[in-house]
Amino acid sequence: MISGGLDSMLAAQVVLDQGVDVEGVNFFTGFCVEGHTHAVRKKQRTKRKRNNALWVADQLGIKLHIVDIVDEYKDVVLNPTYGYGKNLNPCMDCKVFMVGKAMDLLGFDGFDYDFVITGEVIGQRPKSQRKDTMPIIARDSGADDRLLRPLCAQLLPPTLPERNRWVDRSKLHAFSGRNRKPQMALAEKYGFVDYAQPAGGCCFLTDKSYSSKLQDLWESRAQRDYELDDIMLLKIGRHLRPRPDFKVIIGREEGENRFLEGYRRSFLHLRTISHEGPLALIDGTVDEEGLELAARIVGRYSQGRLADVVRVCVTSRDGVSQDYEVEPMAAHEIPQDWHIGVNTS
Amino acid sequence: MDARGLLCPLPVIRIQDQAKDLPPGAEVELIASDPGVIEDVPAWCRMHGHEVMQIDESRTEIRVLVRLCDDDS
Repeated sequence: MISGGLDSMLAAQVVLDQGVDVEGVNFFTGFCVEGHTHAVRKKQRTKRKRNNALWVADQLGIKLHIVDIVDEYKDVVLNPTYGYGKNLNPCMDCKVFMVGKAMDLLGFDGFDYDFVITGEVIGQRPKSQRKDTMPIIARDSGADDRLLRPLCAQLLPPTLPERNRWVDRSKLHAFSGRNRKPQMALAEKYGFVDYAQPAGGCCFLTDKSYSSKLQDLWESRAQRDYELDDIMLLKIGRHLRPRPDFKVIIGREEGENRFLEGYRRSFLHLRTISHEGPLALIDGTVDEEGLELAARIVGRYSQGRLADVVRVCVTSRDGVSQDYEVEPMAAHEIPQDWHIGVNTS
Repeated sequence: MDARGLLCPLPVIRIQDQAKDLPPGAEVELIASDPGVIEDVPAWCRMHGHEVMQIDESRTEIRVLVRLCDDDS
């Protein structure tokens, strides 16, 4: 299982080193941090634009299969057996689900493999990567002793590939804890550079602000559900909810505006035309008074924020436009609690 | 394949899934808006033996032409 981070890269390399044939699998949930970063980057930024899992597999010289699990994953997010972590991250259930999906691939769909490898390290994560929870993941996923964790295998009971001498246990590792030095030393030994840095994980559900926005989405619709577009849009822009019935999603920079443009046929959208300004979408139901309020908010985030009046074009889903002349809101007129996912405590 | 508006890795997933149903030697043109495809599609092609024939980048979209090999999966 290749997440695109260093640990799964090392785990795969440790097993490849023993002459074992390895193929990578990566699961796309819709909550991946990576897709967002690709979307919002401005073209002129110097950082290379790439999917980390593909890059890792390319570096390792193995095939990677990316599996879209967006629909199936909903149940993991909405009904986690083991509950959530600090935010809306169902890490235990997520790992159980993904290992189970990887097991489903063994022997099917052109695969002919005997066991699953993960980059898990005991003590690395507060819930899903503990010595007492790792056996639960192996059991609940159905992998049992076909789940090999090469980076901490020596601290765990021998698995099937170890007992059958498919891999040499003595050449596996005994990493534990949140100290990254052993991984970095191993990366150096293998000559891995430019790998993705672990910075809060690769899932938006571990993010406090993102989780607040998802919670708000559920509350506003009185329904715990989502579609892919919903969770993608939660990654983009400022989200302000001035009324319970609607929120305004405002692009923060050129890349976000470009991304939001792709949703113009699905949402009522606003753009200042008298001044440079962001693209904004309205999610929900809005009346005439609400539209004017939204236009004033959008004016606030345009170049005309200090002008007496800005002209804002409001366009419906079917392309009918109407201009509004409004006074941009002053900063103090926008209550802090309109901002979803900001300064949540 | 129109993958405009999709973020990586979705364009790669779409071309990967399409490739399963096409014969060896078939050509697929992917149209995308996420600049990530410039790195990601060639990486995916390298590891599965497919060939990138051409990449054209304009201000608003990227077109990648891929010729499929006789991949085993």
